[in-house]
Amino acid sequence: MIIASKKPIEEIIQEVKDYKRLLILGCNECVTVCEAGGKKEVEVLASALRMHFIKEGEEKKIDERTLERQCDHEYLEEIRDVVDQYDAILSLACGVGVQFTAEKYHSTPLLPGVNTCFLGANEQRGMWTERCQACGSCVLARTGGICPISRCAKRVMNGPCGGSGRGKCEINKELDCAWQLIIDRLRDLGRLDDYEIVAPIKDWSTERSGGPRKVVREDVQV
Amino acid sequence: MSLRTLEELKASGELKTSSRLEAILKMGHLAVTSECGPPRGSDPKAVTEKAALIKNHVDAINTTDNQTAVTRMCSLAACIHVKQMGLEPVLQMVTRDRNRIALQSDLLGAASFDINTMLCLSGDHQSFGDCKQGQNVHDIDSMQLIQTVRRMRDDGKFLGGDDIKRPPKIFVGAAANPFADPFEIRVPRLAKKIACGAEFIQTQCIYNLDKFEEWMRRVRERGLHEKVFIMAGMTPMKSAGMAKYMKNRVPGMDVPDEVIARLSGVPKEKQAQEGIDMCVEAIQRLKEVEGVAGFHIMAIEWEEKVPEIVERTGLYPRPQI
Repeated sequence: MIIASKKPIEEIIQEVKDYKRLLILGCNECVTVCEAGGKKEVEVLASALRMHFIKEGEEKKIDERTLERQCDHEYLEEIRDVVDQYDAILSLACGVGVQFTAEKYHSTPLLPGVNTCFLGANEQRGMWTERCQACGSCVLARTGGICPISRCAKRVMNGPCGGSGRGKCEINKELDCAWQLIIDRLRDLGRLDDYEIVAPIKDWSTERSGGPRKVVREDVQV
Repeated sequence: MSLRTLEELKASGELKTSSRLEAILKMGHLAVTSECGPPRGSDPKAVTEKAALIKNHVDAINTTDNQTAVTRMCSLAACIHVKQMGLEPVLQMVTRDRNRIALQSDLLGAASFDINTMLCLSGDHQSFGDCKQGQNVHDIDSMQLIQTVRRMRDDGKFLGGDDIKRPPKIFVGAAANPFADPFEIRVPRLAKKIACGAEFIQTQCIYNLDKFEEWMRRVRERGLHEKVFIMAGMTPMKSAGMAKYMKNRVPGMDVPDEVIARLSGVPKEKQAQEGIDMCVEAIQRLKEVEGVAGFHIMAIEWEEKVPEIVERTGLYPRPQI
């Protein structure tokens, strides 16, 4: 899923301070699971902002709403009849949701309430870690199911680099060396000989380098 | 291995480039290289003065490429300064800062100055350097850079498939760290670099001689020492403090406690000499190891000590070609 983290409240206050009527818009998908922008976080943030502005002696209308998804036309339509009541929407969805909402409600300022971080997993309670950089051309079949692009600090395709020590990465002793994990897994799978297959130079045109991407599925189009 | 003359080599067609390092290694001499870290400024003297200190005692001089990810004069410009002194530079290139367009372009630039020896590296992560907030590139990795150079040289082709007019004739090296983890793949990793086209290797600094010899034993077991020239990396310690720093702070470094203990066992003012002595002893021991084809002496900001090390280890005078 998409992992996001809450923006500092000070930054949010700076962004919203000039708007009298604010809708805080949560999303019930990834940001709910990673506890950054779901219904609960909308409530907490709304309360914090109300308290702040009351203390400052400022009158503001701060409402809450959480949609099933902000990356879907259908659910975004649910706020069409109320959107004119607000001077701005503070979206706690990922960057996709913020933009999709902005596209839908062209004349309403849209502000992000979270930082969108990466594609990751809930490794343990309160900790999410990166697993994928959406390169658009998956190599996991060749790397023991562990991604060197998202998990190696140098995205080395034929690793490990010389900085791998005691199974950890040179940039941070807490961080597993992706290539150590790959080698361990290849060994456990009885496929360590595969290590010597040289990974070819990667075609990066399917990742960010190739420009904004699009997936078209004619078979499911209506 | 018996020595061969340059004429014999040329006649046999074994020389792929006009690299002096290639010739010396293929003639069967123990080669000696050293390195020159370019300055954090634009004064060419910072390169040429260092090179002048070692020029009679080494066969080629590596110029490092923004080592430890700290911004410096570029490796290629430093190579040109070395070349213009009539010496043999080794162009170090990391894949951290340049994509495949820039790397291929710089290779052509290097070849246009008849810089004909290079070392392919991935480079330290930028978080170690002075631009921690910068991006890294890593469009290709160090092995793929080796492949790129060989393709450009041997096939006369760019990565994109087009022909190169006057392909770069470059003798290609790679680094190997016998001490990094996991140890079990250190030799397979070397094999992989050879498969990509590496012709010589300069190793990480060796302090754990036993572990290096074990690595070399495994290298010989697979016959890899006959496919690539392995130059043992040596860096003399200036002090016990430096040894501790290398042990604890430098990625991929293996400094045994005995090394620190021996340096700590002599008074501070004599530690530098002790470090030189230890380096000399290590080279003397490793000269006897089958498959060691030479030494890469990285005396960091201590280039003036290279002549002493080379002379005391019987590696002087250098062969003339």
